[in-house]
Amino acid sequence: MNFNLTLIGQMISFGVFVWFTMTYVWTPIVKALSDRKAKIAEGLAAAERGHQEKSLGEQRAQEVLNTAKAQATEILSQAQKRAGEIVEESKVDARSEGQRLIAAAQAEIERETNRAREELREKVATLAVAAAEKILKKEIDVRAHQSLVDDFARQI
Amino acid sequence: MSTAETLTAQGYIQHHLTNLTLGVHPEHGLGFAHNAQGAAEMGFWAINVDTMFFSILLGWLFVRFFRGVAEQATAGIPGPAQNFAEWIVEFIDENVRGSFTGKNPLVAPLALTIFVWVFMMNLMDLIPVDLLPWLFGQSMAIFGADPHHVFLRVVPTTDPNTTFALALVVFGMVLYYSFKMKGVFGFLGELSLQPFGVWGMPANLILEGISLLSKPVSLALRLFGNMYAGEMIFILIALMFGGGWALGLTAGALQFVWAVFHILIITLQAFIFMVLTVVYLDMAHQTHH
Repeated sequence: MNFNLTLIGQMISFGVFVWFTMTYVWTPIVKALSDRKAKIAEGLAAAERGHQEKSLGEQRAQEVLNTAKAQATEILSQAQKRAGEIVEESKVDARSEGQRLIAAAQAEIERETNRAREELREKVATLAVAAAEKILKKEIDVRAHQSLVDDFARQI
Repeated sequence: MSTAETLTAQGYIQHHLTNLTLGVHPEHGLGFAHNAQGAAEMGFWAINVDTMFFSILLGWLFVRFFRGVAEQATAGIPGPAQNFAEWIVEFIDENVRGSFTGKNPLVAPLALTIFVWVFMMNLMDLIPVDLLPWLFGQSMAIFGADPHHVFLRVVPTTDPNTTFALALVVFGMVLYYSFKMKGVFGFLGELSLQPFGVWGMPANLILEGISLLSKPVSLALRLFGNMYAGEMIFILIALMFGGGWALGLTAGALQFVWAVFHILIITLQAFIFMVLTVVYLDMAHQTHH
């Protein structure tokens, strides 16, 4: 155990190493550590927030979905009602239109019948006149032939 | 183990316990000491080149590694080197927080330096005792030196100069902060008024003085003693390798067992030195009335 200059040398190198560690080593590493700690805490908080937001969003989505469903049901029922009404209306329309057509057709038939009857009547009259002329050319016995002419005219 | 000294166990041990000392010998002038006695004759103004070289090399490796990490330190995902450095830093930080109650930005870096540097210097003990001295001797022989007179001690903490240097720096800090925190009278009062009060002042001074002075001495001697004894056991085990194959095998097993056990010792000694330093500094910072 002989002490010599090494003692002083070791003291100086120890001091230098301590100084260097304090100035250039400790602070940056500890800072990185505390920064990371803060970052992790931040990340955890953000995750927690995200979680809450997610459940909130889900809830909101569910609400929107529910209202949409309700609206859809309402629209559907309204549409069904409207369709029923339309069908009902068109039925009524069709019926009245049909009746109108029938009426028109009947009127037409009536008219045609009348017209035909008129024509026939005219022809019968002519024929009757012609027949009468022919009969008259021979012998006219009004009394004898009155019932004949009447009969004839009635047949028309 | 020169021509004069035969290859004796004593010579072998002596060789391993002699530092490579550079200094001015009163008879041989400037140069490396040829033996332990020569080194002692150089007096105080000589330097143990091996101790200085290895301690500064290890200290340089330590600051180089940690500085490299600190330069690229990121709060994001750390790389393996940063992970390792952070593991040590957090370990130190936890210990300092646990035992140091004051506020001083110096203490934690000081503890880190002590722990890692002392651990690395102690770690040199696990290198086979003959390897580096033999390599050094052989390489010096190229330059014409007698390898038997080339000494090399690779474990700086087995040199009391190192351990006392550390302890004295710590002691200086203890004194500095005692005066700074407690004030001159506060510190002197603490030394002279406890534990027996004003009327027991001489007894107080003796007791407190001893307890104060024992701090650096116990710090230095504990580390030195443990490392010196550990190295000595490695040397004694190494001696057995020369005693035939049976003894050699036993020595191999013993060396393994001791090395494994020594891993615990070197870590523990570095840790104890660090913790006691922090505790002493904490005591220096306390101002109780």
